[in-house]
Amino acid sequence: MEEEGEVYPLYLPSLPLFLLQPILNHIVEFVRRKNPDIFMRLGPSANKIFLINPTDLPFFLILKPNHLRPSLRAYNNKTIIDHDVYISAKFITLLKLIDAQTDSDALFFNRDIKILGDSEAMVALRNALDDLDDSLAQNLIDSFGLLSAPAGKFINFLTGKPRSKN
Amino acid sequence: MELNIGPVLFNWQAEMWRDFYFMLADEAPIDKVFLGEVICAKRAPLFYPYFDDVIKRLERAKKQIIFSTLAEISSDTDRRLLKKQASQKDFIIEANDIAALAHIGKREHYIGAYINCYNEMALEFFAQNGAKNICLNAEISKETIMELAKKAKEFDVKIEVQIFGRMGLALSARCYHARAYNRTKDSCKYICEVDRDGMELATLEGDKFLAINGIQTMSYSYLNLLNEIEELKEIGVSNFRISPHSHSTLEVTKIFRAVLDEKMDKEEASFKLRELYPNVSFCNGFYHSIRGCEWQN
Amino acid sequence: MTKSAQKIPELICPAGTPASLRTAIDAGADAIYCGFIGPTNARNFPGLNFTIKQMEQSLNYARERGAKLLCAINSFATSPNIDIWKKAIDDAVFLGVDAIIIADIGMAKYVSEKYPNMRIHLSVQAGASSVEAINFYIDRFNIKRVVLPRILTISEIKKIHAAISCEIEAFIFGNIGMMAEGRCSLTNYVSGKSTNMDGVCSPAEFVRYEEDENHNLISRLGEYMIDCIECGQSAGYPTICKGRYNVKHRNGYYAFEEPISLNLTYLLPDLIKAGVSALKIEGRQRSKSYIREVVSSFRKAVDAYARGEQPNIDNLLALTEGHKQTEGAFKSKIWR
Repeated sequence: MEEEGEVYPLYLPSLPLFLLQPILNHIVEFVRRKNPDIFMRLGPSANKIFLINPTDLPFFLILKPNHLRPSLRAYNNKTIIDHDVYISAKFITLLKLIDAQTDSDALFFNRDIKILGDSEAMVALRNALDDLDDSLAQNLIDSFGLLSAPAGKFINFLTGKPRSKN
Repeated sequence: MELNIGPVLFNWQAEMWRDFYFMLADEAPIDKVFLGEVICAKRAPLFYPYFDDVIKRLERAKKQIIFSTLAEISSDTDRRLLKKQASQKDFIIEANDIAALAHIGKREHYIGAYINCYNEMALEFFAQNGAKNICLNAEISKETIMELAKKAKEFDVKIEVQIFGRMGLALSARCYHARAYNRTKDSCKYICEVDRDGMELATLEGDKFLAINGIQTMSYSYLNLLNEIEELKEIGVSNFRISPHSHSTLEVTKIFRAVLDEKMDKEEASFKLRELYPNVSFCNGFYHSIRGCEWQN
Repeated sequence: MTKSAQKIPELICPAGTPASLRTAIDAGADAIYCGFIGPTNARNFPGLNFTIKQMEQSLNYARERGAKLLCAINSFATSPNIDIWKKAIDDAVFLGVDAIIIADIGMAKYVSEKYPNMRIHLSVQAGASSVEAINFYIDRFNIKRVVLPRILTISEIKKIHAAISCEIEAFIFGNIGMMAEGRCSLTNYVSGKSTNMDGVCSPAEFVRYEEDENHNLISRLGEYMIDCIECGQSAGYPTICKGRYNVKHRNGYYAFEEPISLNLTYLLPDLIKAGVSALKIEGRQRSKSYIREVVSSFRKAVDAYARGEQPNIDNLLALTEGHKQTEGAFKSKIWR
């Protein structure tokens, strides 16, 4: 496993990852604060590295759900990083997945999502996320405070979901 | 120390089946013979014509006969056969499904490997219910056998362990022999008779994996606990079971008998078994709490 | 018998996490089944199941909404670790769950002797598939309900119902294992983890997916290849009994069953007439969204049936394994 800081995100002008990173930090901090149980569910898989590849976007994400220092970082596609689990799907599918709005097994059966590597860690992560009540996306959107309306519009635009609230 | 022959699990030609038992009666250094159809109710009548002859021959040779019952009971055919098997009173019955216990009542009986007994409370229940012998499921490891053997002693129950032959790993309502030939269990035309030791199943990459025996799925590898016998004896196992195959079973009984009586060392026995089965892979993983398909030296 | 004389069956729904439990109850479950973290239940999967605290909170949630909680302690207690199972039972009794689902005869003895008033449901893992076996469990352990193995036809269920004195629970939807429950050590043979003793089936830690150069999806359990699915084809779990194999006269066929799920929607009326008093949905390992969708669909179906209407469920196919569904053994003997 590679050490923190060994690989740096590449800030390419084509995609402003430096704008994305604070949002990702916020997401991780939000989940860590609101749902500490998630790490209990992850068990030993909390020390694994998840590479998340939104196939239709020019970056990918590295999730380290370690409960002391969880992190979610965006990297440029060309960077190769050691990982235990590889998850790839369209961004909207991934978003639906973490929001527990879609059954991940159904997505997998239908091959809308691809999972390679440590299956136990993947299953643990899925089950841990699934134990979050309500809509993670909605809670996240709300947690952006003043920016929540535009953020919500953006996410709902991506997932094609009409908003019922607000 | 008893060396016993488990029931024939495969659908052999009736004459082959008869001759196999004649041979055991005449030549095999064994104590008990477990007799009876365990896998498929449809097969049972095929052997009826020779049953009496086989029993007579075994009795004449002073081998004790135990009646093994059907392992899975769902259809009326299954239930009728079970009733017939478990109601007879001439021989001790080895129950392979809880349903058999309902027929046996308070009579002395044995518990077969297809009934789950993984802990001392289950053992206590069976003992208090009249069980005198419990054959453990092949997936049970040494540390569990040890505890069960301890408890069994308290209740004067014997613990039996399979030491040789393919292991039964699963039962199903569906017949996979029939399925392989696009038939169903009802329309099977006894196709399972073409495979005298089960139909070998390989993965798509060609790795030998399992063996199909009608509704039963077995290990591809043969269980061989030759190296574990000494330890089994030490931890309180007194009965050792060989599950029969279509060839060399007699020689196998002779080898294990010699080892149990400490008249042959493990190295020689191991060499002889290898000679008898040059193309068979052996396994002993379950005993060592690792995956069952593995061989640990 | 007239329709109005029949009792409307309970809808029994799975929960792998407290959030799933709340989802299932909100979607209309009459009872939830779930288990403690660890090997004491048959769905000991990573990230699933309940702590004692979570079980207590969940029980309160169920109580407040008039739902029952059935605690599954349905793997086989294994010496020398039997105390883990006993403790699970003690905890479940202490919390006051509505029933304990048991497969192991040793644990059935433990409950019936120590807690004679505790309601025992005989787990599907006990594999009690005949009148004789079920009556034996009733006689010795006073079981109140049997969960029938998925190997019986409806006409067989009907005969069983006529000859036993306890309630019948039957699976109506979800994963359909091909092997007789409580009698399969295939997983242990390739992984060293036992379905009966550890409560796992194709444990994820031994599952590997690989993609080859043609985008075929290869699934493995341990080093054994279970399936190789062509690009565009739907996939299933790499369980041994849903894999493709070669035999001497045939290559690459589903030797046991293809990836498929049980769906008895259209047999519901027949099942109820046969005497089934509890309808069970499989899937403690599945997501909240699966539970929400399946439970609310079957709630509607059972309610429609109660009103004398024909239930109609067409939206569940996407949730089935391999996107295929079957009525399994229930409809006819041809399945065997």
